[in-house]
Amino acid sequence: MSGAATVSSSEAHKLVWEGSVPLLIHLHDSEVTTLPPPPPALVLAPRLGYLPLLISQLKPYFSTTLPPGVDTLWFEYRGLPLKWYIPTGVLFDLLCVEPERPWNLTVHFRGYPSNLLLPCEGEDSVKWSFINSLKEAAYVTKGNCKNVMNMSQSDQVELWRSVLNGNLESYQRVSSKLKLGTFEDEYTENISAVSTASQQNSGEADAAAQVKSGRIPVRLYVWTVTEDFDDLESAPQIDNWDKISYINRPVEIQKEDGKYFSLNDAIKSLLPEYFPGSSFDNLGDASTKQSVGDEGENTCDPDSSSLPLENAEIKLVRIQGIEPCLEIPFSWVVNNLMNPEYFLHICVCLKVSEANALQ
Amino acid sequence: MDQKESVRDITPWDGTLSSSDFFSAACAFSEKWKRFNAFVPPWLWVPSRKHHLLSSHKEEGYLSLEGMCLIKSSEEQESCRSQTWKEESSISQEEEAVDNATLVCICDEVNHYDFHIVYSPSYRVPVLYFRSYHSDGQPLPFGEIEKDLPDHSAKIRSESKWTFITQEEHPYLNRPWYKLHPCGTSEWMKLLFHGDTALNKNGFVIEHYLVSWFSVIGQVVGLKIPLGMLETLSC
Repeated sequence: MSGAATVSSSEAHKLVWEGSVPLLIHLHDSEVTTLPPPPPALVLAPRLGYLPLLISQLKPYFSTTLPPGVDTLWFEYRGLPLKWYIPTGVLFDLLCVEPERPWNLTVHFRGYPSNLLLPCEGEDSVKWSFINSLKEAAYVTKGNCKNVMNMSQSDQVELWRSVLNGNLESYQRVSSKLKLGTFEDEYTENISAVSTASQQNSGEADAAAQVKSGRIPVRLYVWTVTEDFDDLESAPQIDNWDKISYINRPVEIQKEDGKYFSLNDAIKSLLPEYFPGSSFDNLGDASTKQSVGDEGENTCDPDSSSLPLENAEIKLVRIQGIEPCLEIPFSWVVNNLMNPEYFLHICVCLKVSEANALQ
Repeated sequence: MDQKESVRDITPWDGTLSSSDFFSAACAFSEKWKRFNAFVPPWLWVPSRKHHLLSSHKEEGYLSLEGMCLIKSSEEQESCRSQTWKEESSISQEEEAVDNATLVCICDEVNHYDFHIVYSPSYRVPVLYFRSYHSDGQPLPFGEIEKDLPDHSAKIRSESKWTFITQEEHPYLNRPWYKLHPCGTSEWMKLLFHGDTALNKNGFVIEHYLVSWFSVIGQVVGLKIPLGMLETLSC
């Protein structure tokens, strides 16, 4: 935890926004019409970005060799078509358990698998998906999406451009107007994009409002293993989206006296079926909170809450390519590692018994 | 009704439901639907995959109505076009020949529809998902789906900035489905219950939530609620 405190919030944001994944992109054999085939394209893809946005870099590379037809761009990794609306960094953290650098992907310009993937008509589709997620995040934190719906046209344009170009300053300038605020408690550094007195005041007011509402937009991607793996190379390959449980459910901040709400608590609250003894039960209302009993949430041992019926164990947690210590205050994680649409994306590997495994 | 008693300890209802309330509401809805809809398939509760393997005190899943067939009359004029829903299994060649009320052009395709009611934890309301396909399993393009929707659907969708159809991935099935966007649902659900906070007593809201919700949403896709079901709302 001391490691986290030495990185200031502004530094953390910068690192996240500059985060990128080197990709080596191969054109699918069936779409190569020239000899010799074109070499793969080496592209540095922003973590916070989306794969279809790379078309402007890729098209010139492959255009001379493509068969006639209309471009319908899609990517796959080892045969798995990639969901374009998941940020690139999340796809990498999820599907490349042992990080491959560069990450070898196959690109297609033809034969879009529309029975599997949502249609994508270029930048507009990605932008729509982004704004839609932003509205959803606004709804989760504030109970309505008025602030996003009421954005001026120029602000909307600037917001999207800042994400497109990875421009953190420009992004913070526009996004701060949304007042989607930050989840703050006494464990986080106050975040202000601009350190003027007026900004501080509104920041404090937001903080008070934020702690009251207590719902944090989170997207959890869970895959299960039934055996321990010693190193990441021997982790099973995810070759099917059905092997991943996608949980799009807000985390409800629940505070207990004398204890801060940790990342471990947050993840367990989203998976009550695997951690039924956890004192934070997210699926129902607050009134159904179970007794604390033998919970030893202060220890770093993620197994402390398992009951005889379940023995789920958190094996791996990845956020923005980092594997944070599970005892980090969740507020720090939210404030510093969330994506521009105000969602926190978390990739989790759970070890479970055979009967409880996904597929 | 005792005003003092109803106001005490009841916060104004915001039109939303918790996940466990949704399960109760879904049970009430599917039970009523069966009672009033003898000749139509029932809404079935489908538990979400990870839950059916584990014991849990919370039910998580969605309501499913599948295999509905839309038979359109072959009227030239759109205004005379009528919609008839039939259960997949009840469609047969003999029936088509004998049934005068349903005019089916031989070259008309029968469009199949599946409907799911899925809870959204972000918006805390139910969301209608649907997909459509030809008899050979080929999915319908949206242009064709729009032709299937009742005429007043377009009107509802254009008037309300909240009610629009988008294509998104089904929360459980990893496939593209169409859905009616949920962002305005809590607002008009509040209105449907006349903002009467006293209704929160005795689970009245939960029991009737989906019936009320469906009475609006169903109109957008042309699924009607039988009058008998609607009448259970006024008591």
